[in-house]
Amino acid sequence: MMKSKLTLSGAAGNNGSYKWLALALVRALLVILCVMTAVFFLIRIVPGDPAKMILGEYSTPEALKNMHHTLGLDLSLWDQFTRFVKLLFTQGDTGNSIIAGTSTRELIAERAPVTLLLIVIASVLAIIVALLLATVAATHKDKLLDHLIRIIPAVTLGMPVFWVGILFILFFSVRLGWFPVGGIGEGWSGTLHSLVLPAVTIAFSQIPTLVRSLRAQMLEVLESEFVVTLHAAGIPSRVILFKHVLRNSALPTLMLLGVNVSYLIGGTLVVEQVFGIKGIGSLLFTSISNRDFPVIQGIALYCALAVVIISLLIEIISGWLDPRTKGKS
Amino acid sequence: MNTTQIDTTLPDLGKPASGLRRVLNTPSLLIGIIMFTILILLAIFIPYLSPYNPTEQNLSAFLQPPSAAHWLGTDQLGRDLFTRLIYAARTDLTIMVLAEIIPFCTGVMLGMISGYYGKWTDRIIALVTDTFIAFPFYLIVIIVAFASGAGERGIYITFILVGWIVFARVVRGLSASFRKQEWIASAQTLGLPGHRILLRHLLPNVLPQAVVVLMTDMIGLLVAIVTLGYLGIGIAPPTPDWGTMIADGQPFITTAWWLSAVPGFAVVYTGIALSLLGDGLADIWRRKG
Amino acid sequence: MTIQPVLELEELTLAAPSTEILVNSISFSLERGESLGLVGESGSGKSLTLRAILGLLPRGVEQTGGVVRSKVSSAMVFQDPRGALDPLCPVVKQLTEVVYYRQRTSLKAARRIALELLERLGLPASLKTKDRYPGQLSGGQCQRVVIALALACKPGILLCDEPTTALDVTVQRQIIDTITSLQQELGFAMVFVTHNLAIAANLCSRLVVMKQGRIIEQGETHSLLRHPAEAYTQMLMDSVLPLPELEGGGVSWK
Repeated sequence: MMKSKLTLSGAAGNNGSYKWLALALVRALLVILCVMTAVFFLIRIVPGDPAKMILGEYSTPEALKNMHHTLGLDLSLWDQFTRFVKLLFTQGDTGNSIIAGTSTRELIAERAPVTLLLIVIASVLAIIVALLLATVAATHKDKLLDHLIRIIPAVTLGMPVFWVGILFILFFSVRLGWFPVGGIGEGWSGTLHSLVLPAVTIAFSQIPTLVRSLRAQMLEVLESEFVVTLHAAGIPSRVILFKHVLRNSALPTLMLLGVNVSYLIGGTLVVEQVFGIKGIGSLLFTSISNRDFPVIQGIALYCALAVVIISLLIEIISGWLDPRTKGKS
Repeated sequence: MNTTQIDTTLPDLGKPASGLRRVLNTPSLLIGIIMFTILILLAIFIPYLSPYNPTEQNLSAFLQPPSAAHWLGTDQLGRDLFTRLIYAARTDLTIMVLAEIIPFCTGVMLGMISGYYGKWTDRIIALVTDTFIAFPFYLIVIIVAFASGAGERGIYITFILVGWIVFARVVRGLSASFRKQEWIASAQTLGLPGHRILLRHLLPNVLPQAVVVLMTDMIGLLVAIVTLGYLGIGIAPPTPDWGTMIADGQPFITTAWWLSAVPGFAVVYTGIALSLLGDGLADIWRRKG
Repeated sequence: MTIQPVLELEELTLAAPSTEILVNSISFSLERGESLGLVGESGSGKSLTLRAILGLLPRGVEQTGGVVRSKVSSAMVFQDPRGALDPLCPVVKQLTEVVYYRQRTSLKAARRIALELLERLGLPASLKTKDRYPGQLSGGQCQRVVIALALACKPGILLCDEPTTALDVTVQRQIIDTITSLQQELGFAMVFVTHNLAIAANLCSRLVVMKQGRIIEQGETHSLLRHPAEAYTQMLMDSVLPLPELEGGGVSWK
């Protein structure tokens, strides 16, 4: 039941208003700590000796001992952990690459821009297309267009993203010659040109889930009572759709993106491999084939941190945009 | 006045329908079952259906286009593509089903415990879940699969580690809502022990939806197995697997595109079948519940 | 008061596609400035009838027979005031928008009219200076905004769909008072849907009793309540809980 008050209840600035923010921060911090611990133990769940994996079966005892020292495996578990945490907090690093010798942080910073660019282009593309499809489906509920759009997720859910990439290369690059087959072009325009197809591939894999949730979201808004009120009050349908329904669907969309960031990053790593893009993904695979543990740890850590921080930011932004979180007493 | 209900949520309770008529009345379930059965039958009887050996090389007959002898042509080592495709279904589907068993059980259990007991149990499980979710799915799958050694064993370890989360989340939400309902409260006042309420009363109610989620999750798992194969850290050659087949075909994309395309379609086919199965089951349980 | 009806329903029938009849062949008329009470238990088709008069049937319900004849425009006040307002749009803006589209004024004038309306409905003056969202207002305040939205349409008929059900008892009284005084001032006709016979009896000169989609009885409020022909009407009357006799006073709205 509704608790009514005779005065206007307080806006932002009240004591309780920022409680949600504090809670979100604390939770994110806890998750970050857990992520760090998880990354630390990542190297330790490997069955057998990591040093042996790096050097091969027939390495000399001396070389093994040196490698143990390089990896810090000769210390006690607790000392290893404090060393790991210290390095992380002072330099934001997970140690030097065993192969390249340079710090992991530098290696990642070098590869990150192209991956980030790819992720941004792909998500913008995915949002635009998903919003469009969801709007059409929701406004034509149970009509032919709606049914067609609703089939999409069932069909595309089972499409491996790398396979979609290969088909796109086959069709758009090999047959039509619109885009390069792989790699990154020269200069800004070249870079963007060669990122189109990978971005479309990533967006393609994101769109089905986005459309499904957005359609449900919009239907809920479309069928809510305030839309009836606005119709009854004689506001034109297009104004209701664009000004009220879309805005009310925007916040959940933002939340949805927060949940999807993790999939977005994961998909990007794989797609980079298909298109031969030298980003974080290819760094990961090189490091894996070289058994370069510090770099693998660094990539895992930074990806997870990115996910946690982006989700936190989205939570803060939507909380800040949504008047409902402010005025509640 | 209530407007029409939105049908995007999954059903909440009910028991599996036993009647054949119910199945026949649900087209999506029927088509899903038929599609899946065809695949399983092919996979079981392929040794009797095909004269070819999936791993035996025949270099004199490499990269042949589809013909009467080779329905889908041959690959770069002269092996019959159709035969390999079906043998790969054997490999991939077996792993898909086996790799889901433990995550499904642990996920449902943890979800029920988390949702039913709430409080600190719930907080701790939620924190673990949040931590796992922070790592991009493919990143963690790739790293764990690599770290635990490529091949089947790596896939099982990977999914035991990360696969339970989906089920835990769904079941947690369901259990939390059931906990507030009257029949659970009355069971509690009757003095039934917690584990008994969980297993005898809560489990039958959360299971249907968990099974629906299982269907979709299997698609994701299959795609992950195939992706690992493609990346060279999954099933090792010469064992036929859709992922490695796609990777093997990639260099010949300009001349023999079907080498990469066809195994992908096999994954998509399985995905559609599982999707329909999930939708159909959801439909039946929704109508009943 | 003239004898010319502003609204006539003739054998109106509403049904869901599954051929389930929801409102079955109902007829009544409404005169200028008159208030009509539509009473009955939930599910009797009262709200659907209102939506049919408004011309906005919910998805999945169709008019399968009869006619709704109306000479003037109608506007509606809803049961759940919070749900009836866009939660992400400041209330003044929502009202301004309605004034802008219905009265075809400039945006500036629309805002001025909107603020006047809100003031007249007894909403705090602080709305003028600060953006307030529906979530920041109380239920009663939201309902006043919803009434303002309806009035901004300059309706000849005000349709009220249980406008007080979702409110606290003390606020219910205030909202009813507001509606009656506005009606006296502006002279619109009103169809008031409620399951509470006490409210209907106090507000309306005529009552229509509905049950399972049919009209089972209608007539002058006083004669109908004094000599109910149907057992159902009697039951509705009995379901109004009287206050225990305190110093000889009963329930009274006026």
